[in-house]
Amino acid sequence: MSALTFTLKTNPKQSVDMSPITPNLLADKTLTEIQAMLLQCGNQKLRADTLFDITGSDAKDVVIHSSEKLNYLGAKLERGIITIHGNAGAYLGLQMKSGTLNLHGNAAAFAACEMTGGLLHIHGNAGDFLGGALPGDRKGIRGGTVLVTGNAGDRVGDQMRRGMILIEGNAGSYCASRMLAGTIGVMGKTDAYLGFGMRRGTLLLFNSPALSPTIQDCGSHTLPFLKLMFKSMRNLPSKFAQLENNRVRRLAGDIAVDGKGEFLVFGE
Amino acid sequence: MNINGVHIDDTFAEAFNMRGTRVIITAQNLKWAYHAANAMTGFATSVIGCGVEAGIERELTPDETPDARPGVSILMFAMGSAVLMKQLETRMGQCILTCPTAAAFSGIEGDKESVTRINLGKHLRFFGDGFQISKLFGGKRYWRVPVMDGEFLTEETTGMVRAIGGGNFLILATSQPQALAAAENAIEAMKKIPNVIMPFPGGVVRSGSKVGSKYKTMFASTNDAFCPTLKGITNTELSPEIESVMEIVIDGLTEQDIRKATRVGVAAACELGAANGIKRISAGNYGGKLGQFQFHLRDIMSEIAS
Repeated sequence: MSALTFTLKTNPKQSVDMSPITPNLLADKTLTEIQAMLLQCGNQKLRADTLFDITGSDAKDVVIHSSEKLNYLGAKLERGIITIHGNAGAYLGLQMKSGTLNLHGNAAAFAACEMTGGLLHIHGNAGDFLGGALPGDRKGIRGGTVLVTGNAGDRVGDQMRRGMILIEGNAGSYCASRMLAGTIGVMGKTDAYLGFGMRRGTLLLFNSPALSPTIQDCGSHTLPFLKLMFKSMRNLPSKFAQLENNRVRRLAGDIAVDGKGEFLVFGE
Repeated sequence: MNINGVHIDDTFAEAFNMRGTRVIITAQNLKWAYHAANAMTGFATSVIGCGVEAGIERELTPDETPDARPGVSILMFAMGSAVLMKQLETRMGQCILTCPTAAAFSGIEGDKESVTRINLGKHLRFFGDGFQISKLFGGKRYWRVPVMDGEFLTEETTGMVRAIGGGNFLILATSQPQALAAAENAIEAMKKIPNVIMPFPGGVVRSGSKVGSKYKTMFASTNDAFCPTLKGITNTELSPEIESVMEIVIDGLTEQDIRKATRVGVAAACELGAANGIKRISAGNYGGKLGQFQFHLRDIMSEIAS
């Protein structure tokens, strides 16, 4: 069986809600039924086959040739694999529960928003609020792993509750803001207001961060738990899989709130 | 049945249902892993007085441990789950939390039907007074508790399984040094067997007991039938030339594990042979009325040939 493939015929002028296109929702549908599915595009509902050329039959393995007009790609994904070529719109992997979502392109804002499990791999850049919460909600990503090979925008892991976000490039300002728990790794540079309002959680850094006055230095340490963390990253398709050295400088904060969060800075 | 001139009695060891758990202790080096494990398994020879029976199962190389440090695995057994859980937490708190560089991890995994998760560091985290940090890796929760040497790292839970305690055999010899030499030989061989421990000092017990006593307050007392100095005045099990008896008690996770340990141990004890004063191998039981398991010596030893 070949992968069920959706190829955009033309780039739509208005954004499309792609949340119905997941392996769990397509599982029992025939190709004809899938072609007839209605997708919200702007203020109208369009048949899937007016937007996409649809080929293949394996609904467990969905391939989408996408553009930044496609929102909610892989939303509430429960199983299977979705591979996206091209850019993705907002809310990529929204509330994703399990399975694998690979994006070969850049993602707009709110990728991995309120995700609870699975693997989201962005082979490109991510927009603002990566792993954040829906506006008004109090908890961001609650589980799973997010890998970004490029850079991420502002507010990475805003109100993050659990899980792991690993960014090989840079992160924008307010990274780990209001973070509740979990782990964020940034191999590149971080911007202003790092860990603003961070209550708990771990931030792995590989460059000296610009510190707010409410982040305090706790000195350099060799932390045994990092060996466990590195082991859990070993099979990830990321540069983080090669981490070995568990000697870090530990900074704690944000003491304006709980102050139980930590920045672990490698190589200092 | 004779092995190397040693007579194997046609009798059996009587063993009981117990609950067992395994904990992996790691440290900066083996020396400190042993300090922690020895403390944790200290005063744990018999459930009668200690609550649990515990011992070191084996050494672990860094590639076998979760945090890639040298370690040892320990097994702990109790008659019921409540006492096992209580003893585990107490011993964790006093022996592992306190020991420099030591960390503790779950040693038993498995599905919910066969393995019950019990607290390992779940409550110890409160020693952190709010500074403790939880981390979840691969679906397992770990706790980092700040302590004066750095951080105490422990997994939240470990696995508890149904296990067996009280497997045993007796070595009867013509002198005390000879009986002990055979017992030491047996223990060295049995230490290599996984999933079992011999909880008594050095793995050997000299004070085998019978049920009951002439004193009302005692529910167990010396096994006079096997006491060599009482040969003439009691209903003895000993022939005239026997001058000393040593017992090896085995707790294990499964019936097969105890059978294997018994087989290896008896064979090793018999290696010294009748020429070195080892005359008989026997076993302790209560007439088969109390225990749920019976380990028949001849049956187990005949598996060697097969």
